Amino acid sequence: MNGRAIRIVYGKELRDSLRDRRTILSMIVIPVVVMPLLMFGIGSLMVKTMAKAAQEIPHVMVIGGEDSPKVLAALHAARNLQIVPAAEDFTNAIVEKRVRAAVKLPRDFDAAVASGDKAGVAIYEYQGEIKSGFAAENLNTFFRNLRDTTVQERLESRGIPVDVLKPFAIQRQNVAPPAKVTGSLLGGILPYIIILLCLTGAMYPALDVTAGEKERGTMETILCCPVGRTDLVLGKFLMVLTASLGTVLLSLLSMGATFHVAKRAMAGSMPREALQTVATLDLGGVAGMFLMLLPVAVMFSALLLMVGLFSKSFREAQSYCGPLILVAVVPTVIAMLPGVDLNASLSVVPLLNVSLICKEMLSGTWHWNYILLIFGSACLYATAALAATVRMFHREAVLFRS
Amino acid sequence: MGQTVTVCGEACPTSVIETHQLAKMFRDRKRGEVRAVDGISFRCEPGQIYGLLGANGAGKTTTLRLLATLLKPSSGTVCVAGCDAVREPEKIRARIGFLSTGTALYGRLTARETVEYFGRLHGVGEDLLQDRIRGVFAALGMGEFADRRCDKLSSGMKQKVSIARTLVHDPPVMIFDEPTVGLDVMTARTIVQFIRDCRQQGKTVIVSTHVMSEAEKLCDRIGIIDRGRLLVDGTLAELRTQYGMADLEDIFVRVVEGRP
Repeated sequence: MNGRAIRIVYGKELRDSLRDRRTILSMIVIPVVVMPLLMFGIGSLMVKTMAKAAQEIPHVMVIGGEDSPKVLAALHAARNLQIVPAAEDFTNAIVEKRVRAAVKLPRDFDAAVASGDKAGVAIYEYQGEIKSGFAAENLNTFFRNLRDTTVQERLESRGIPVDVLKPFAIQRQNVAPPAKVTGSLLGGILPYIIILLCLTGAMYPALDVTAGEKERGTMETILCCPVGRTDLVLGKFLMVLTASLGTVLLSLLSMGATFHVAKRAMAGSMPREALQTVATLDLGGVAGMFLMLLPVAVMFSALLLMVGLFSKSFREAQSYCGPLILVAVVPTVIAMLPGVDLNASLSVVPLLNVSLICKEMLSGTWHWNYILLIFGSACLYATAALAATVRMFHREAVLFRS
Repeated sequence: MGQTVTVCGEACPTSVIETHQLAKMFRDRKRGEVRAVDGISFRCEPGQIYGLLGANGAGKTTTLRLLATLLKPSSGTVCVAGCDAVREPEKIRARIGFLSTGTALYGRLTARETVEYFGRLHGVGEDLLQDRIRGVFAALGMGEFADRRCDKLSSGMKQKVSIARTLVHDPPVMIFDEPTVGLDVMTARTIVQFIRDCRQQGKTVIVSTHVMSEAEKLCDRIGIIDRGRLLVDGTLAELRTQYGMADLEDIFVRVVEGRP
């Protein structure tokens, strides 16, 4: 190995890449501008849409109840319900979103309530449709309140205190520090985003220095230089790794900055405690995640170089990258699923292991034995991928594939 | 593939290109074992232009890639500038300049950066490199566009950058793989003149081409290659006498069609 040659190749490839608009886009623009916009833009849009849906007074139908004027009057008087004339095909009306929900009252509902007989109401909704859900919840709350009031009236009429139904009180309290709460909330999604950026940041540079070089004919000229093929491929690899880690670092810095800005922007409108909970990230966890991503970036850079080396053209290489992204996404998505927790066998599954340990570290839990096992296995995969790339760069059949 | 490669002989002097029973086999899924180069032997002397003449797919590019140590021979020997291709490939690469079809440049680097990069990869010291760049740029009239990006240059300018790249380490041996394919007349003339200049400077030059007129004008010695085999090898005068024909194209057709 010749350090000088590796340095020369690395320097040239880095300069060349930083002048490539595609690299700038994937390495700088997407992590710095697009990702925070997407994360917080979509987040705030969702919050606004939900708030708007919650504020809307839903149109609901009351089926039956002609013989129960008391409950009908109460329903008409409810501020969060807009009663519209009933129709026979009320279920279709809900599915077609003409009304949000409906309630069916049994015969003689008022009388049954007054006499203490059992009476059941049925609420109809479009499950999964957010506005229908809010309408059904409003109806549910209305009838729960009516039931509570009825119970209270019955108890009072019999001279029994209301507290008899509540022998003890239940109170839930959070004991996790704010950073851990945020870590748990973000622990699933953050590794997913960062691992994906780690891959996409390396993609264009890796394909450009391999398949791109083949296409332009520069691969042949560079191979004619008195430099070992191992030195050539290592120079290229180090540049791709720089792009990958640069993308990760910029993403983390930009997300950190976005958190900081969001915290300041929301400072006036949210209680201090709630603000601490939603916008505090554990810096140690973030640093730990970056360290765990080092072998992942090495593995991605090496794999992408192999894809590029194997391909005859940039376009062919791009078509192989689609499935590669999918292969990388699946384990990180599995890690996000609730109930998937770290254990010894999952600790050696590539990408899934790193995603799971990042989740733990972000929520402030440090399982040192797992951390060592995962870092070790990730390094092993990275070394194997790099060795395979170096070997591939020595194969004539791959370099001159036509 | 049976590896029966032997090293080049003691008698291979500096600057000479010499091959002996050179062969290269590939495995192809559909065609099985393909002999792209099949027992080629020739010698190219300093101050001489050797033309490798053949149709597309005859084995010209594979032969030149074997000379440039981009490919390893399956059998036979290659000796370039006193070095054996199997034992000392890096030494050979330090002593050759390789110009292939197309300009093969890095579009986002400037002309100067490109030439500097190749100079450094060839181990040329920084002071000497800057001297060489000044000299080559002046000789080729590149001062005007030395600091412009290669993707902004005209095809003629790009060709000059390519030439400067192959000359920056002052190699004694030059290899040209179909250097004028797809070029306009003016740019092709620049290349042809450059090849002649190399001969003038005493370099050993080998050119592959399928353009008969170009070979006729340029080459001191011609080898006709077909399906991986070198069918004839001699000066133009020798070939004319041997076949009783004046036109190289007629000789080429006779040689290739006359093959059993």
